[in-house]
Amino acid sequence: MTPDTKARGYFARRSRLKWWEGLPWVLAVAAFFVLPDYMAFGTQVLITIIFALSLDLVVGFAGVVTLGHAAYFGVGAYTTGMVSAHLGWTEPISALLLAGFVAAIVGFISGAVLLRYHGLTLLMLTLATAICLQEFANVNEDVTGGFDGLTGVGFEPLLGLFEYDLWGHTYYWYSMAVLFLVFVVVRIMVNSPFGMSLIGIRENSARMDAIGTPVYRRLVTVYGVSAGIAGLAGGLFAESNAYVTLDVLSFARSGTILIILILGGVGRLYGAFAGAVAYLVLEDELAKMSPEFWEFGVGLLLVLTVMFARGGLLGIFDRLRKLFDRAAP
Amino acid sequence: MSDSALEVIGLYKNFGALEVAHNIDFTLKRGARHALIGPNGAGKTTFINLITGVLTPSSGQIILNGQDITGLGQAERSRCGIARTFQINQLFRGLTVLENVVLAIAERQGIASSMFRPLSSYSEVTDEAMELLGNFELNEDALRRIDELPYGRQRLVEIVIALGQRPSVLLLDEPAAGIPSSESQHILDAASALSSDITVLIIEHDMEIVFSVADYITVLVSGAVLTEGKPEVIAADERVRAVYLGEVDRG
Repeated sequence: MTPDTKARGYFARRSRLKWWEGLPWVLAVAAFFVLPDYMAFGTQVLITIIFALSLDLVVGFAGVVTLGHAAYFGVGAYTTGMVSAHLGWTEPISALLLAGFVAAIVGFISGAVLLRYHGLTLLMLTLATAICLQEFANVNEDVTGGFDGLTGVGFEPLLGLFEYDLWGHTYYWYSMAVLFLVFVVVRIMVNSPFGMSLIGIRENSARMDAIGTPVYRRLVTVYGVSAGIAGLAGGLFAESNAYVTLDVLSFARSGTILIILILGGVGRLYGAFAGAVAYLVLEDELAKMSPEFWEFGVGLLLVLTVMFARGGLLGIFDRLRKLFDRAAP
Repeated sequence: MSDSALEVIGLYKNFGALEVAHNIDFTLKRGARHALIGPNGAGKTTFINLITGVLTPSSGQIILNGQDITGLGQAERSRCGIARTFQINQLFRGLTVLENVVLAIAERQGIASSMFRPLSSYSEVTDEAMELLGNFELNEDALRRIDELPYGRQRLVEIVIALGQRPSVLLLDEPAAGIPSSESQHILDAASALSSDITVLIIEHDMEIVFSVADYITVLVSGAVLTEGKPEVIAADERVRAVYLGEVDRG
């Protein structure tokens, strides 16, 4: 193959499905049969992956760091929770779509303001946005339930067939289906010219201005899309727990999802999968071993990852592959 | 259409009390190879920044191909046909050479906001990028990361990105800056080989390059035009020698 034809096929090779891309789905299905008692936990993992994927679009691809992404997760959770508790809108799929829609609108509007700023200013403003929303939910307790949380949330059987069950089996499959659809959309998006231009903005936004890219407009677009996906994660969270508290909007949630993404690997889609599984499983196991000190273990893992595994857990695989490629010419 | 590609009328720019552009009138003839010279701090890069919209002029007008672009932002001006290179490389450092060029071409072709089709399905983008890279003998490096390339070749990519915009006016801000003079010939050849459809304004310190490339020279001193004319006229001008060429003699 001449260098020219190799180069011409570069983008096709990069966006082609690889064999290992089936692995997460095989594992997710296998988990259902191997660990049927853990499906409520599994559901939370899947929801966290959706949330982390939404963050990866903004942080990993467009290079905009945010400490307030729980804002959109929370808007989604409260939307689904409130239409169920107050309006009797208890059809789960439409309530979930509504959560994504409302979160996307909030994302576009707040993004249009936030993304006029850069760097630390932007970071602080994203943080402030989430805190303001949380305080807003706290004050309006007649609709949100305030500090006590929103009660009276409940949903009809999924598709009119599958009951909500205590073991979380229904919601495990439901969440997996939502994750799959979200993933397909995100994967298509990052391999599109739009996705390439986000990467360009991440790498050098000044040059993007110079080559004629409407940088601000593109950032607001991806921010809104990302907020919508975070809203879907929040909506699923509300439906699977049938309960919403202020915690969905908390700074801790914004921070944790960023940690999860960094842990897994930023800007590579599957980092969201690896990070969510590693973080939540570790948290669960460590909390069982030592209910008081589990955070120490999580902190240690993060420090080690940042110091020795640039590119997160998936970065380790990259490096192994490079070593392997060098060994086998 | 008039025979000027770019016209600047009465351009001023102040930062507070500091005046960095003073009543600049400037015309870039269509198809010209025009050089902008001047001592350090003369305001050459500022002038480029004013033309491209990085800076907003305090007063004055900028007209590109008969269209007043003074009120447009940087990205809009670029879409109107102005492209520039930077004195210090502004590349997409973590990306391949091919991706660096594809970004500019995709933007110009108007497909860069398309979300639901893979980039690989737009073969016209990659084809154009490879052709452009081929013109500069960079096609073999297409899949290398840009920061793995020697600096001189990175400087070439800097120009190729701008050409991917298919500009009518190309502003080269010290294209040979930072590379040894033995290699600057390469950049020089690239600049000379540009299609005559492209009007070129080149900012340069290296007098050899200026005199071999330019057919017209403007001398900028302290944010104002000192004089302009054909290279032989400029070379003979006493004032220019005093403020600028004198430096070369010393070196």
